[in-house]
Amino acid sequence: MKRTRGKRGRIQGRVTPHKALADIRQLLGDESRARDLLVEHLHKIQDRYGCLSHRHLLALSIEMKLPMAEVYETATFYHHFDVLKGDDAPPPPLTVRVCESLTCEMFGARELSAALRAAISGEQVRVQPVPCVGRCHAAPVAVVGARPLEQANKDKVAAAIAEGETACPLPEGVRYAQYREQGGYALLADCLRGNRDRDEIIAALEASSLRGLGGAGFPAGRKWRILRGQPAPRLVAVNIDEGEPGTFKDRHYLEKDPHRFLEGALIACWAIEADAMYIYLRDEYAGCRAMLERELEALRQDPPGPLPPLHLRRGAGAYICGEESAMIESIEGKRGMPRLRPPYVAEKGLFGRPTLEQNMETLHWVRDIVEKGADWFTSQGRNGRQGLRSFSVSGRVRKPGMRLAPAGITMRELLHEHCGGMLPGHEFYGYFPGGASGGILPASLADIPLDFDTLQPHGCFIGSAAIIVLSDQDSAKALALNAMRFFEAESCGQCTPCRAGAAKAVALMEQPEWDRLLLEDLARTMEDASICGLGQAAPNPLRCAMRHFPGEFES
Amino acid sequence: MTESAALASQELSPAIGAEPQRVPFSLNGREIEARPGETIMEAAERHGVAIPRLCHKPGYRAAGNCRACVVEIEGERALAPACCRQPAAGMNIHSDNERALHSQKMVLELLLADMPQQGPSPYRPDSELDAWAARLKVFSPRFAPRQPVAADLSHPAIAINLDACIQCARCVRACREEQVNDVIGYAHRGKHSEIVFDMGDPLGESTCVACGECVQACPTGALMPANNAGLEVPDQRVDSVCPYCGVGCLLSFHVKNDQIQYVTGRDGPSNGGRLCVKGRYGFDYARHPARLTTPLIRKPDAAKTPQLIAPQELHDHFREASWEEALDAAANGLRRLRDDRGGQALAGFGCAKGSNEEAYLFQKLVRTGFGTNNVDHCTRLCHASSVAALLETIGSGAVSNQVADGVQAEVIIVIGARPNDNHPVAATYMKNAALRGSKLIVIEPYGSELYLHAHKFLQLRPGTDVLLLNGMMRAIIEENLHNRSFIDAHTEGFETLRQTVQAYSPEKVAPICGIDAEDIRETGRLYSKAETAIIFWGMGISQHVHGTDNARCLISLALMTGQIGRPGTGLHPLRGQNNVQGASDVGLIPMVYPDYQPVDDPRAKERFEALWGTPLSPDRGKTVVEIMHAIDAGEIGGLYIMGENPAMSDPNLSHARAALAKLDHLVAQDIFFTETCGFADVILPASAFPEKTGTFTNTDRRVQLGRQALAPPGDARQDLWIIQEMARRLGLDWDYAGPEAVFEEIAQAVPSMGGMTWGRLEQEDSLTYPLEQEGDPGRPVIFQGGVFPTADGKGRFVPADYVEADELPDETYPVILLTGRQLEHWHTGTMTRHSRVLNAIEPLPYVLISPADLRALALESGDLLTIESRRGKVTTSARVDEGMQPGVVLMPFTYHEAAANLLTNDALDPHGKIPEFKFCAVRVSKNGVAA
Repeated sequence: MKRTRGKRGRIQGRVTPHKALADIRQLLGDESRARDLLVEHLHKIQDRYGCLSHRHLLALSIEMKLPMAEVYETATFYHHFDVLKGDDAPPPPLTVRVCESLTCEMFGARELSAALRAAISGEQVRVQPVPCVGRCHAAPVAVVGARPLEQANKDKVAAAIAEGETACPLPEGVRYAQYREQGGYALLADCLRGNRDRDEIIAALEASSLRGLGGAGFPAGRKWRILRGQPAPRLVAVNIDEGEPGTFKDRHYLEKDPHRFLEGALIACWAIEADAMYIYLRDEYAGCRAMLERELEALRQDPPGPLPPLHLRRGAGAYICGEESAMIESIEGKRGMPRLRPPYVAEKGLFGRPTLEQNMETLHWVRDIVEKGADWFTSQGRNGRQGLRSFSVSGRVRKPGMRLAPAGITMRELLHEHCGGMLPGHEFYGYFPGGASGGILPASLADIPLDFDTLQPHGCFIGSAAIIVLSDQDSAKALALNAMRFFEAESCGQCTPCRAGAAKAVALMEQPEWDRLLLEDLARTMEDASICGLGQAAPNPLRCAMRHFPGEFES
Repeated sequence: MTESAALASQELSPAIGAEPQRVPFSLNGREIEARPGETIMEAAERHGVAIPRLCHKPGYRAAGNCRACVVEIEGERALAPACCRQPAAGMNIHSDNERALHSQKMVLELLLADMPQQGPSPYRPDSELDAWAARLKVFSPRFAPRQPVAADLSHPAIAINLDACIQCARCVRACREEQVNDVIGYAHRGKHSEIVFDMGDPLGESTCVACGECVQACPTGALMPANNAGLEVPDQRVDSVCPYCGVGCLLSFHVKNDQIQYVTGRDGPSNGGRLCVKGRYGFDYARHPARLTTPLIRKPDAAKTPQLIAPQELHDHFREASWEEALDAAANGLRRLRDDRGGQALAGFGCAKGSNEEAYLFQKLVRTGFGTNNVDHCTRLCHASSVAALLETIGSGAVSNQVADGVQAEVIIVIGARPNDNHPVAATYMKNAALRGSKLIVIEPYGSELYLHAHKFLQLRPGTDVLLLNGMMRAIIEENLHNRSFIDAHTEGFETLRQTVQAYSPEKVAPICGIDAEDIRETGRLYSKAETAIIFWGMGISQHVHGTDNARCLISLALMTGQIGRPGTGLHPLRGQNNVQGASDVGLIPMVYPDYQPVDDPRAKERFEALWGTPLSPDRGKTVVEIMHAIDAGEIGGLYIMGENPAMSDPNLSHARAALAKLDHLVAQDIFFTETCGFADVILPASAFPEKTGTFTNTDRRVQLGRQALAPPGDARQDLWIIQEMARRLGLDWDYAGPEAVFEEIAQAVPSMGGMTWGRLEQEDSLTYPLEQEGDPGRPVIFQGGVFPTADGKGRFVPADYVEADELPDETYPVILLTGRQLEHWHTGTMTRHSRVLNAIEPLPYVLISPADLRALALESGDLLTIESRRGKVTTSARVDEGMQPGVVLMPFTYHEAAANLLTNDALDPHGKIPEFKFCAVRVSKNGVAA
């Protein structure tokens, strides 16, 4: 890098913008300038100034001793950062985000977007289509500033703007004192006091066959044991970047009972003797973040025993950061680009250290499993499966919402036992069993057990157990296109099959007639040759639409 | 790290005894073995199986993002990238089955669909994408193209056509991991992802240093030399070496119609394929229309004055002549002076840009044809003081360790040097080392960009090096971190050093140096405790009246801690010119013959009288600045200058120019009409670097072969021929058939090169001395085991007390002026200011000034400043620079429009006779008028 250059008398290059640097110094105060805090610091600028100007980015790069390119590529990677081009005017101070992912589209999100754009877009407000904000049971959803509006319509949005209601209310879940009163953290305290054996806890997890509930389903106990065998220093990273369209179970548990996962995570720290814990929370859950900050502080103030450093890190609008290695990159303050494996995160994860990364819900169950015994958990399955699953149910059902049900339950059972059946006037047509990436199944396949490993023969997987129920008023073909547009927008852009493949797939799927042979050729390479699960799973809906809903392709 | 750097480091590690384990696996049904650490792709390649690849570039970190190389590993769910995965024993791998080929071809098809016209790259004839597509028979893509992408043609050297970008990010790795220039990023997301410069700036306005590594890395031509130079299919490729700095990068000239079209880096031992902006884009000066192509003789009525003659006015003062007439005039003028006033009335300035052969013949001509030792060159302005200190203390003036070895050190000190500007490719290896975890300690008055990579940056006040280093040595002794056993076994004189440094407690020197005492102590600890530690230094150490003292302190520091004589551990004065090491080795120095044999040593004199068959002068010759003074005093009347430009490069130019104007007879041999040529009686048009063949010795003691790529233009002639014609006319009976014959004589004159042969150089391109016997490998690390080439084999401590700069700031001249160079320009600009690209990037003179000082003058960057010293005055534009300390300004000495050396002080270091370019007192004012 060349600091300055004088071309035709002008001075260009990395010349400090003094006023902007003063802004940045004031904003960061005496906080660390370590590389991994880049995304956090970008948030501070975005929050304060409503955008990221080049002057501020330059000042930040000087303050953090980082190349401008690294700051810029990181800032532009995340959708929640508004990086201004040159001397562009800043965006309007208020953003209304309208979710246009699967369930919301089924419930009229596009019409809502169009109506809002016509009615309220202007100098003070902008309307942005965004991917899933994790409230699919109340579709369509709009988020005014940080305030989510369920079953949103133009009037609700206008009223919220008029009232200035743009902050996200804090969820009212179990607070620290209450959790302890109810016996919480006793198990952790027991562990920390040396009354528990690490191997015994891990053995209990293994016996419970608890699996990773972020979607990949890797056995939790086995993961903990692998980490025990890795050289210190080790770290724990908790994934609350819930972003799979249709999924809201993590938010559900986080809002209701945040200390339960924290206790699980701290037990994990103890069990694998981790040096620190990082929690990565998606930016869309602003209320949860404020609540979690408060609860973490309460925990630190009155800890049940010695705690490792606890870091809460904030996503910035990137689905890909839910991918375990992309999340780690993001915590390190970089673009959320998945890493190639091997080496696995368990061997070389956050900051190059062996890292136990777990989805929040997985850790949520640790306390219950240890206290109630592995048998309690394993005895809960159905149709030959074991354990409990937290189904995020949305779509054309009477009672959508988070439904805790036995693993292995069938769609038909779930629909009738837990969701009150179909909405009036809607006939059951099919369902997404695992969010946008899990594929689409027809009503004729509603009797297969819903669990890990059971759906693969049908080109699907359960993933995060986000069930979106379709009716005769929906089109698998149209929703497959919605899903592919989502993947196109959320692809990190690193590998060819996903970056170019998703874009080409969208173009082909936007045609009235799909070139099904070419799409299948493309799907095969996306699945086979993409670096991470995003690209590998992206063709599932399109393939399922062609495979299970042939009627939609007859002209 | 590139392959060659890796090899270099391996050479230094002890041989590994046991045969490493090989990995048997099956590839396409065939049982093969991978070497340890080999990827599937590499193992396949060795067995004749080519797997497509685009993001992969040998020597670069494998990124595995293009996915063209995916293979099936039986039992794995997805395909795996062959460029990143290593095979495990027993794996069954398929690179050519239907499944693997399907995805390999689909990746190529997707990328091809997004190329311009969905066809071959319009920007380069040998696109790797096109080659693989043809090989796998991927032709008409079935997908629609992407949105059009605009070109960025804002840079004079590099054209950006991102419509041919396949996002392999090789350029990102080139910029950030290889050269560590940190300009290229991969911004945005998904299909909007794009290669950006800094913050999405046009390349021409970015902080790009134009090293061109990205261009060399790009597989499709999205990044190419500007103006479609890369589309020309060259007639020939000539493997040569870079003509600029002492790093000695190997490169290839790509030549068409006797023009260099473009330059690529070769995998040389000191550059591993890397080049900098000068090496890659500064080649076109050789074909500049202003080249001298006819001999010129001064018109009888053209009086000499201290004023410069502009090149466009040269014909008012000179007339064209035939070679015969010009050579006769040139030689006769010198001969008359020799015959009338004796050899001491003559002097010669040789050239550190010329080859060893040219330098050798030039000094031989002066010594045997002029009959004097008055022969010197720009080493005097460069590392003379370092060499003086090295010879006096450890008996050898050359570097102890090569750059490639030094950057393996745990602690790397860079003091008084800005390698990122002046040794750019060496700097990239230092930055690589910092990324790998070596502790880089930068000690400099100027905060150059290297500090961004530094573990510690000590920004000392100019000229306080001895204080700082003595303070550090005292702290090391206080904390008992000196290496007693090394001191006892391998040195003498420690006690006097200990006593001297007693007076310099870190706390006492700290405020004068402008550095915290604790930082001085901590640096001492880091250095002395390191397993391996190296010191690199440059002109910031040497160009002072206490330059020799500065170097003595660095040597003492290494000796007292035993940080010398091991791999990754030693002393490395970064040599400036591409052949300043070689020119010195072959005797282009007034007090020594080739091989540093003192002229006043009768045995040495006898030896060379025998070799050259003629009696020699027993008197030490005069140095560069002494010669100028002697001219002024009327003692020297004739001067033969090959390639040097004292009318720009000497300190106190008004004085130097006045002296040049006084000469009775000046012969200038150059490629352009330099400022010095204006004072000449005869001008001999010579050859540019690519127009001749010869050997060049880099900073690492590597002797490397430069090969002729172009014919000299017009009637310009090769320097070796000119020197010989001059010699014949001065009565010498020379008949060297070419550089090879001269090199054979050098091998006799310089025993440490005695085992080198021209044939081996032609084969290997680069040989390291000491290489005494034919077939020797050469010794990259010298002083091994703490044995020094001194009389008793020991190193000697020469303590140094603090001496202030010759001219300190005062009320009238309150500001300190430093001079230096800049990345794009070489010295006085003879070559680089005639290079279109380099001059387009940096066309104008400037002075660097701190933001505070500029504010105090109520000026802005770009406004004009007048800088005035007791010796001269220049006006130029100010460039604010946050690396500058208040009260200090810095000027490159390249620009004749605002020649920094009009201001500099010609006070000399008493030992090295080097002028104090790095310190003089000036005053700075606004309202100036540009010269």
